Amino acid sequence: MVALRTAVDVARAVASGELSAAAVVEENLAAIDAREGEVHAFNVVTAERARERAAQIDADIKAGRNVGRLAGVTVALKDNMCTRGVETTCSSRILAGWKPPYDGTVVRRLADAGAVMVGKTNLDEFAMGSSTENSAFGPTRNPLDTSRVPGGSSGGSAAAVAAGFATVSFGSDTGGSIRQPAALCGLVGVKPTYGMVSRQGLIAFGSSLDQIGPFTSTVADAALLMEVIAGHDPLDSTSLPQPAPELMSVLSHGVEGMRIGRITDMPEGSSPDVLERLDAAFDVLRNAGATVVDVQMPSMSYGLTAYYLVAPAEASSNLARFDGVRYGLRVDAKDLNAMYGDTRAAGFGDEVKRRIMLGTYALSAGYYDAYYGKALKVRRLIADDFAKAYESCDVILTPTSPTVAFKFGDKTNNPLAMYLCDVFTIPTNLAGHAAMSVPFGTGEAGLPVGVQVLAPALGEAPMFRVAAELERAA
Amino acid sequence: MPESISRETVAKVARLARLHLNDEEVDRMTSQLAGMLEHFRDVDALDLSNVEPLNQPIPLSNVMREDVEVPSLDRDEVLANAPAAQDGRFRVPPIIGFEE
Repeated sequence: MVALRTAVDVARAVASGELSAAAVVEENLAAIDAREGEVHAFNVVTAERARERAAQIDADIKAGRNVGRLAGVTVALKDNMCTRGVETTCSSRILAGWKPPYDGTVVRRLADAGAVMVGKTNLDEFAMGSSTENSAFGPTRNPLDTSRVPGGSSGGSAAAVAAGFATVSFGSDTGGSIRQPAALCGLVGVKPTYGMVSRQGLIAFGSSLDQIGPFTSTVADAALLMEVIAGHDPLDSTSLPQPAPELMSVLSHGVEGMRIGRITDMPEGSSPDVLERLDAAFDVLRNAGATVVDVQMPSMSYGLTAYYLVAPAEASSNLARFDGVRYGLRVDAKDLNAMYGDTRAAGFGDEVKRRIMLGTYALSAGYYDAYYGKALKVRRLIADDFAKAYESCDVILTPTSPTVAFKFGDKTNNPLAMYLCDVFTIPTNLAGHAAMSVPFGTGEAGLPVGVQVLAPALGEAPMFRVAAELERAA
Repeated sequence: MPESISRETVAKVARLARLHLNDEEVDRMTSQLAGMLEHFRDVDALDLSNVEPLNQPIPLSNVMREDVEVPSLDRDEVLANAPAAQDGRFRVPPIIGFEE
């Protein structure tokens, strides 16, 4: 394996002239040349753009111009984030060839801070999946063991950092799509509070659930990236009206006096190696001066059920825009309705069709109250459970994923088994809270195990304090 | 809770979703959707009678901005992505009244 650089180190070294942005790019491109064939992290590698951008940054530094907090930090972006003039497909045939006419807000903020994009990463089609096996362009493999999945849906972004193809990467998390692949690839992955990071330019899956967040090899890198991308954006009407949180400064604060929640009625099904690491994480925090508090989440196991109606319902509405009129694929037909139906049949894969159908059904007249309406009530129960739990604790610890990275094909024939990968991550999205996965040792077959730190809305600072403590002990 | 989903309902939902499914896909979708809806019956164990639905996690009201002109997307760049365009507009097949 190549030694991974951190964003903090790269930005400092590049800004001070110790290291050139060009050298960082060449390092990544060499790693891509060596292993991208077997890993398939990317839908497109933007090598020439990256070289030009790095040369510009190096020239700016020579000329004494301000280059930003991420000078020379290479980033890989999930291929559902709009990048002007660079193909953006959501790993779907229906968008193949589409070149967005604008950059999303996060993409722009990264560029303004001096980051260098090296490519767009593979995902489960439209971010629907937990293994990245579900891409129209073929699966991504876990760089730590290529017989296993990298997790999903942001599997390409996780694999890109784990394989040293980019310093850091970004994904989107609707039900765990950042945290689960981070856990399976041994990385830090953050799902910010809903509204903390602009969704402008993120191709929508479940609009009330989606957030963009970073994949990094250290907690400090994640804190730095959050400070760069978070904060109010007038172009996203669900963006919270406040500045980015200060996170770098809290990493050294420790956890003395903090209250760490342990869920006593946690959903079952986690493997023993994962539970052993979770217990070890509680021990570390207790030894560092925190108190472990028992909390109850009686509705947690229903979160999965509610999510698999809420998310498809929102998706069925959001994906109505892929109709062969303005962008992407068109299958010619005699009239408009036939063109819509044929285009969507040819353009969407099986899992996307399944969710569009489920969502359309759940929203249709006669079924709305029985399904979608009920799911929204379960969503309230989960938010209420969290509210009650956070009366007695500051953060909650759970596994991120019930198991370490699994083998290809293990879950592809059973949608419900695949959905269970997200049982611990989904409740956070339903409640709109913050959560992150931190690598904390290894389990079966020496593969990484992630511990998930859950925090209430806007609880990023305590969440990062705990994550930093776990990292110090890992 | 309604009865398990029928083949006819699946075909109707596919029309609503503007998604052409062949017979084999309708069959497969019927059994898969039935399985998922069956799973959803778990929530019948909960008393939801006095629970307010939660549509959106963060309380938000309408967001307004000042009515000032700002640059919008470049029209040529947008239309360059269209499957068919003509006279600065998206071109589509006939909408109504088409006969073979």
